[in-house]
Amino acid sequence: MSSQNVVSPIPGVFYRKPAPDQDVYVKEGEAVKTGDVVGLVEVMKNFYEVKAEVDGVLKEFLVEDQTMLEAGQDIAVIE
Amino acid sequence: MALFEKVLIANRGEIARRIIRTCDRIGIKTVAIYSDADAEAPFVKEATEAISIGGTLAKDSYLNIDKVITIAKERGVDAIHPGYGFLSENAKFVERCEEAGITFIGPDKETMEVMGSKLLSRNKMIEAGVPVVPGADGRLESLEEAKQVATKLGYPLMLKASAGGGGIGMKLVQNEEELVSAYETTKTQAKNFFSDDQIFLEKWIDEPRHIEVQIAADKRGNVIHLFERECSVQRRHQKVIEESPSPFLTDSLREQLLEAAVQGVKHIGYSNLGTMEFIFDKDGNFYFLEMNTRLQVEHPVTEEVTGLDLIEWQLRIAANEILPLAQEEIKFEGHAIESRLYAEDPKTYFPSPGKISKLVLPEGVGRFDFGIEEGTDVTPFYDPMVGKIIVHGADRNDAIAKKRKVLEQMEVEGITCNLPLLQRIMDAAAFTTGNYTTKFLDEFNK
Repeated sequence: MSSQNVVSPIPGVFYRKPAPDQDVYVKEGEAVKTGDVVGLVEVMKNFYEVKAEVDGVLKEFLVEDQTMLEAGQDIAVIE
Repeated sequence: MALFEKVLIANRGEIARRIIRTCDRIGIKTVAIYSDADAEAPFVKEATEAISIGGTLAKDSYLNIDKVITIAKERGVDAIHPGYGFLSENAKFVERCEEAGITFIGPDKETMEVMGSKLLSRNKMIEAGVPVVPGADGRLESLEEAKQVATKLGYPLMLKASAGGGGIGMKLVQNEEELVSAYETTKTQAKNFFSDDQIFLEKWIDEPRHIEVQIAADKRGNVIHLFERECSVQRRHQKVIEESPSPFLTDSLREQLLEAAVQGVKHIGYSNLGTMEFIFDKDGNFYFLEMNTRLQVEHPVTEEVTGLDLIEWQLRIAANEILPLAQEEIKFEGHAIESRLYAEDPKTYFPSPGKISKLVLPEGVGRFDFGIEEGTDVTPFYDPMVGKIIVHGADRNDAIAKKRKVLEQMEVEGITCNLPLLQRIMDAAAFTTGNYTTKFLDEFNK
């Protein structure tokens, strides 16, 4: 089975939830479709949605919620 | 005797530097607080004392009330200046300052709370006889009620969050179908972003202009205005250019506007500096939008045309002095224009953090309120606004000519910034003729 990494196009802070008191977009082990939002990256008070680019199962997140990302950094693995 | 011995600045960037400048001039010591990301920032070096607050994210640093208060107490400051953004409109923070026996440089907690609510402030202004945008005067209890109110007011309408701001929590609805689909999402958004799900309906204003009035009020009930600022050049509901006087206002319209602003502020018993924001329709009808209970980013425009130091006024008022000048002593001279330099793509507005490898600012003309210097980093954690370029001319044409010259001589390298857009605006016919609305930038920069 092939796997693909979800990559952040920009530097910023990664969030798994749409808002602090809400559930995460996707849990590890859940199915995702192309275009599904898996998290947000905040850069200079702007929020960008990070989306799945393939259909599959989100196997694991490679970064914690609310951590700093570099541009091009891997966020999660979809199988 | 100095107004205060020592002031803590609960902010960063250009506004921290601006506050330090005035405090230095009038002999007040300053305490800067800085996050890990800002350790090398210019404002840290310029303050009398600089204390690390730790953290990088705003919520772990500049928004952390406990840490700010602890540092303020340890350093023995007698006042805190909140700048703009961050804790500047946080009533809980004002309360914590009061409890700690530290003067908050701004209005009292109660007034801040009232004016922070779009619904409460709207009702206060109706009481004061200040025109507000036609709409519902109370929150909507149900979708059914929303439909009834909407039919009575007539579409198009704006569905707004009472606690909203910065363009978040408002939705234009053209008909009942759109209202139905926007109702729940706007309510949910309001709850998520502002922890307050109250929403209401207002008439949509076509061809709007955004003009605001700077006011100053002391703790003895004296209220004056420091004229208006025209702020219709915006992207994503955030200002890019501000100028004073507004090219749209006639003398009689200006007089009505300024009078309404003072009347509203007197009614709520406000003290310190504040800004009354109004929306104008194309026929010159104006309506109160909201009040900003703090210093504005664009305050230098007012400083240039009046020759006053607004930070000094804030300090004096907070120290319980009476207003330094009476209304008839306020002078107004020439024309001032401010342009905001954003670390972002001039076309897509996509943010661009990075290291400033080169920064050239022309000398002898223009005022530069900048948070950055050559060699400093623009980090991804805070606002993309890195500096403001202000010019003062004999009249509007002179100010535009000066602004063109200043922008042409500027060089910023290492980040993508909106300097090319700022330059183009000064050549846009809609801007140079003064005939622009808040739609201008969206159309011009397509």
